[in-house]
Amino acid sequence: MKIVVNGEQREADEPLTVAQLLATLQLRSEQVAVEINLKILDREDFLTWNLHDGDKVEVLSFIGGGCPT
Amino acid sequence: MNQDPLIIAGRTFRSRLWVGTGKYQNFEETRKAIEASGADVVTVSVRRVNITDNKSENLLDYLDPKKYTILPNTAGCYTVEDAVRYSRLARAAGVSDLVKLEVIGDERTLFPDTAGLIEAAKILIAEGFVVLPYTNDDPIVAKKLADIGCPAVMPLAAPIGSGLGIRNPYNLKIIMETVNVPVIVDAGVGTASDAALAMEYGADAVLMNTAIAGAKDPLMMATAMRYAVDAGRLAYKAGRIPRKLYATASSPIEGML
Repeated sequence: MKIVVNGEQREADEPLTVAQLLATLQLRSEQVAVEINLKILDREDFLTWNLHDGDKVEVLSFIGGGCPT
Repeated sequence: MNQDPLIIAGRTFRSRLWVGTGKYQNFEETRKAIEASGADVVTVSVRRVNITDNKSENLLDYLDPKKYTILPNTAGCYTVEDAVRYSRLARAAGVSDLVKLEVIGDERTLFPDTAGLIEAAKILIAEGFVVLPYTNDDPIVAKKLADIGCPAVMPLAAPIGSGLGIRNPYNLKIIMETVNVPVIVDAGVGTASDAALAMEYGADAVLMNTAIAGAKDPLMMATAMRYAVDAGRLAYKAGRIPRKLYATASSPIEGML
């Protein structure tokens, strides 16, 4: 299937959960927020949520900030 | 200063200096500067993770959540929709309902869009967020924000990153007298005396980023700001003498030859 992660096209094998995607990206689930097709996921759902062809995934985290740059 | 904690929405904060985490050279410098500032509230932004560089570090690895309250901001959001979306993402990425709400109105000044700010604050408060709004030095807007349920207001001293210091002390004073929630002076501080002045006027806290991160020696400036905020707070509580036009002798006349 084809999914878009943070604006980048990616090829991935099904089934793929959000937790598995994060593991592939070497990201720790407790440090990120995940939005799929504009819906924000609860962290508890990372393990069970399956991604589908065409999904637009955004993975966000905290960065240094205090003022807009 | 530990006998004088700042309490907002039931949360107790030790320091009255809050700091941002942007514009530092690296995470290690960020960590050291925050430590030197004595701040226990640090602001962060929410952005896309760099997925191409697996070695990239995470800011949270450098900020012990037991030591610091992480306050996500919605910096860079120019619409109500974006500010609400980023607030929800911040809550999902973090552990609390705290958000420093910014709805920016203009790229050049980064002044807040106060109409959008009030609208976004209403939506987020209804969703259970603890909204700390970055607002203009406008007492009417500050009052409205407090009235709709913001547990503190954060009026600017001057444009973000400008270092101009407090441009409108009288409005800030009116805000402090008008709202019955803590007032945190946010943005525009340039140096230690600006922070001390804000506290002497009666601000409950000061939030800054560029003044420390942009200084030639950020660690030294962080320390200076810590002293300035403490000094200003103590002077405010001690109560300054009234200004008079003419001299009053400090030494007695009695006993002179």
